[in-house]
Amino acid sequence: MSFLVAHGSALLFYLFAGLVLAGAVGVVTLRNPMYGALSLLGAFLGVAALFLLRHAEFVGLVQIFVYGGGVMVLFLFVIMLVNLHRLQESRMFASTAPLAAVVGALLVGLIVWALAQAPRAVPTVAASTSLRSIAGATAGNSEAVAWVLFKDYLVPFEIASVFLLVAMIGAVVLGRKG
Amino acid sequence: MGSSHYLALSAILFALGLFGIATRRNLITVLMSIELVLNSVNLNLVAFSFERSDLTGQVFAVFTIAVAAGEAAVGLGLLLALYRLRSTTELDRARELEG
Repeated sequence: MSFLVAHGSALLFYLFAGLVLAGAVGVVTLRNPMYGALSLLGAFLGVAALFLLRHAEFVGLVQIFVYGGGVMVLFLFVIMLVNLHRLQESRMFASTAPLAAVVGALLVGLIVWALAQAPRAVPTVAASTSLRSIAGATAGNSEAVAWVLFKDYLVPFEIASVFLLVAMIGAVVLGRKG
Repeated sequence: MGSSHYLALSAILFALGLFGIATRRNLITVLMSIELVLNSVNLNLVAFSFERSDLTGQVFAVFTIAVAAGEAAVGLGLLLALYRLRSTTELDRARELEG
């Protein structure tokens, strides 16, 4: 029990990291896109749990709502709209897949090696907006994120909303019959 | 758990997504691999946000999620248009843009 208390955070990290990696491997390797989409859902939920472990509660819940809800339903709808029985793909991967796998593994190995070489303790900077508090008062994560979002990043926020509107109209135009 | 664990996981996730984008022949799977890449970026942003006690990373993660949602909507619209034109979702069979 004391082991669980001492290493609970690490155990949860490895559990959800394993879920994310299993989901990602499933997306890339499964032949049926339907199984790939469900595997992707597992990866999304694992990433959301990892956000919660880093005290990013708001982003974690947005991840579950937008990715696990909206984007996933969109993918499943489209997979059901296209007739999978007629696809019958002969090859899953392009012929460059072995080379790509080797290059990708080398890249990951290089990054992990560089991370292992990096100094252990990174000096924390005194940031203007703390994770937990605004102007000395204790605030929830959503409130703190909203404070930064609407105070410092209001114009990018409005641009993002216009972007979403344009994307929605574009999707309607593209998906229209005719 | 140190942030380097998050960065390593993010690097593996990014490489897996890139592998899927570069080598899979089904457009649906390629779009899902793009989502994996964007998720790895979000992991990095949140990990650095925690490391530096600065909420800017989390705000940028929200923006990334919004852009990913728009990308998924437009990409799946393109997929439906391609399927209507060619009756396939394989990228090798989409060699020209004009129908």
